[in-house]
Amino acid sequence: MSDLEHADVILCPGGPMLLRGDHVVEDPDGNLHPTTRPVSAVCRCGKSGSQPWCDGTHKVIPKQNRP
Amino acid sequence: MLTPKSRGSLSEIVFATMQSPSPSWAPVLSTLADDDEDLHITLWTLYELHYRGFESVPDELEWQPELIELRRSLETSFEQTLRDRVPSAAPGGEFAQTFFDFVEDHEGPSLATYIHKTADHEQALELLRMRSIYHLKESDPTTWVVPRLSNRTKAAVMELQFDEYGCGDPARLHAGLFARGMDECGLRPDYGAYIDDVPLEVLETNNAMSLFGLNRRLRGAALGHLAAFEVTSSIPSRRIAQGLGRLGIPEAMIGYYTEHVEADAVHEQLAVRTICGSLLDEEPALRDDVFFGAFTCLDLEDRFAYRMLATWAA
Repeated sequence: MSDLEHADVILCPGGPMLLRGDHVVEDPDGNLHPTTRPVSAVCRCGKSGSQPWCDGTHKVIPKQNRP
Repeated sequence: MLTPKSRGSLSEIVFATMQSPSPSWAPVLSTLADDDEDLHITLWTLYELHYRGFESVPDELEWQPELIELRRSLETSFEQTLRDRVPSAAPGGEFAQTFFDFVEDHEGPSLATYIHKTADHEQALELLRMRSIYHLKESDPTTWVVPRLSNRTKAAVMELQFDEYGCGDPARLHAGLFARGMDECGLRPDYGAYIDDVPLEVLETNNAMSLFGLNRRLRGAALGHLAAFEVTSSIPSRRIAQGLGRLGIPEAMIGYYTEHVEADAVHEQLAVRTICGSLLDEEPALRDDVFFGAFTCLDLEDRFAYRMLATWAA
């Protein structure tokens, strides 16, 4: 892997999926959520109170239940 | 900004000399600080010469040799104090998970929980006044570090800092969001307005960030501090937002904290994985300093929390 790697998507072990750049994320109810910052964190644990975005809640669930 | 009120012999002589039309510098270097508050209000003021300065102090004094010499002397003492507080060697293991565990395992009091459930209106405003010393120049100490880094780490820091600075939109700059919140709360939104009201713990917190940011050799501590700060921000920011909502604090200030719920859920991953991760790939010898900076961030926040909770319990 190059030292200058710069992925568009980063899967964080135990945490969210980082998305670089502008995207529109559709939630399970079909609502569309445009990204608003240079890098966005999409919830993967399902427990965030700010769906579809990560709010750090994965850190308070047991480690074996984290993504 | 006006110069702060002096808090002892050293700050008194330094502040008077900085504002004198014909300064005599020798006493600045021969006077000892009476105590930690005297030392830290002096050091904070010396650092401010490198940020926004003071209305009554000539801009040229930013690089006055005697003031730089005094700053170095106070910094040496402060850095030793901070290093003496670190309880144990940096933990080994894969960096990112080790770092998240290090922060998670750190136990300390939570001001966010107190604001969420217990604080009254005046206590919440008092906390905002204390926090204003940093939040009104949010992210600025980290910016000092940028030119001291290799390309990978520099780009990683800027990816985070760009968001902190509103992606180029001054209306979204985090320090500006806080200033608008202060204004709507009926508090002063101007930079440094409440410096005379803050206790030692707030001065230490702010001085540690400037110490790390302004000394290239401490770049590892600066980025470790940044990472620990971000890792402890999202969930507490939500609690504070809910507490401010409970107290009827204006929406602009609540918005500052809700912005940090999502922003810092991103920033904590960037700070640990891409920023500190790339730094340590290239400079593994800085690992101890990354954890030194992280511990300092957590420890100084604990000290501030104990101070405020003790004040409010009295």
